Amino acid sequence: MKRHALTTRLWHWVNAIAFIVLFMSGLNISNAHRFLYWGDYGFDPADAWLVVQRFPAWMTIPQRYDLAESRDWHNLSAWVFALGLFVMWVMSLINRHFARDIATTKSDWSPRNWLTAIKEHARPGAHGDRSYNAVQKIAYGLVLGVGLPMMIATGLAISPGFEVIAPWLVDVLGGRQSARSLHFLFAWGLAGFVLIHLVMVLWSGPLTQITRMITGGKRSGEINA
Amino acid sequence: MPDIRRRSLLAGIAALPAAGCTQLAESEPVSDLFDAAEDWHRKAHRTLASRQALAPEYPPDERSPDIKGNGTVRIDDASYREQFAQGFPDWQLQVRGLVENPLALSMADLKALPQRTQITRHDCVEGWSAIAEWKGPVLSDLLDAAKVSEKANFIVFRCADVLYGRDYYESVDMVDAYHPQTIIAHELNGEPLPEKNGAPLRVRIERQLGYKHAKYLTAIEAVESFDEIYGGKGGFWEDIGDYQWYAGI
Repeated sequence: MKRHALTTRLWHWVNAIAFIVLFMSGLNISNAHRFLYWGDYGFDPADAWLVVQRFPAWMTIPQRYDLAESRDWHNLSAWVFALGLFVMWVMSLINRHFARDIATTKSDWSPRNWLTAIKEHARPGAHGDRSYNAVQKIAYGLVLGVGLPMMIATGLAISPGFEVIAPWLVDVLGGRQSARSLHFLFAWGLAGFVLIHLVMVLWSGPLTQITRMITGGKRSGEINA
Repeated sequence: MPDIRRRSLLAGIAALPAAGCTQLAESEPVSDLFDAAEDWHRKAHRTLASRQALAPEYPPDERSPDIKGNGTVRIDDASYREQFAQGFPDWQLQVRGLVENPLALSMADLKALPQRTQITRHDCVEGWSAIAEWKGPVLSDLLDAAKVSEKANFIVFRCADVLYGRDYYESVDMVDAYHPQTIIAHELNGEPLPEKNGAPLRVRIERQLGYKHAKYLTAIEAVESFDEIYGGKGGFWEDIGDYQWYAGI
């Protein structure tokens, strides 16, 4: 049995590309009005809770300020991102990836187990051949179940054409400008996850990890049996 | 050496967005894909909501203190300045194009029609929002009075302002043209429309972003297509900046 199912691997790489395009084009869109507000309205920088820095061209798609083109990249990749996440969830429930690998048990919520997991991984290359530890399960669960879906929910809530379909979504998120602020915060939260994820991959043997995410690898049980 | 090949493939994928996007974006298949994605958004919105579904309206105490002016905020043209100073006594709004009964309406004519007052949120493509009360006749009443031909597919809004040396204009399809909240506003928060917000007349397209809400209106034109109008993409920003014609997202 493969360590990573084909759908998991496909989604991982498709989603990685979609996320990079969304994030970098999103930074370009942020440059159009670098002020974030809470509530329904907000246009006066004096009312902003956060003045966002101007993101340099190397961080953005395209590599110059162009609101129309960055919106094109963003609104195209959003389809890939949202439909991909939907398929990933359906498949994870069907092939039991979620139940088997990500769903936590009571012991996963003990801070002592978190410490143990972190200590075990402090040595380079120590990343296990075993199932996900408590910290991984919680991190992957939060990304799949909260972080990525919140990007979609807050993104849809900013769209005036979508708002007439689900006005309650904008209300639940605290108004359009709150949804826009949350969209920004969750995007950076996910960028933080990606950074830690990449550091952990480098720390634990990048060749093995990347190969496994491409070929699928083998379940540890079969190696150590 | 499969790992090295894989690594260079990954490096290629990683470099793609950074280096390749601009060239990709200008290639025809990708630009077609952008247009298709926008079309899917429009179709999804139209499928999931009723064509007449209303944008949210707010109580008076939820209005924002002001509404920012964007794009053109002042018109230097002498005849506009004279009209502005006098309260637009001779301003005319034409309803023309593919109509049986072309109209030329004065400000008094427009105010004599049944009025709709709505407190709605204005969302700019840049990201900011403002909430204000708009008042004016419903566009569908004007279109009905002018008897729009069945051949017409779009309504084009002609404007008095000139940006970067080109006339501003915009357009919508018949779904948004006949939407109950699509009004020709002449009042903002109970006062005549200020110059920065499009005095004397601006259209409200409440389910789309601000650049669709053409200001300083001079004519409303029913057309079959906008191939022959300016850049042919149906709007000022669509022509000069490649903004998407559907601005519901």
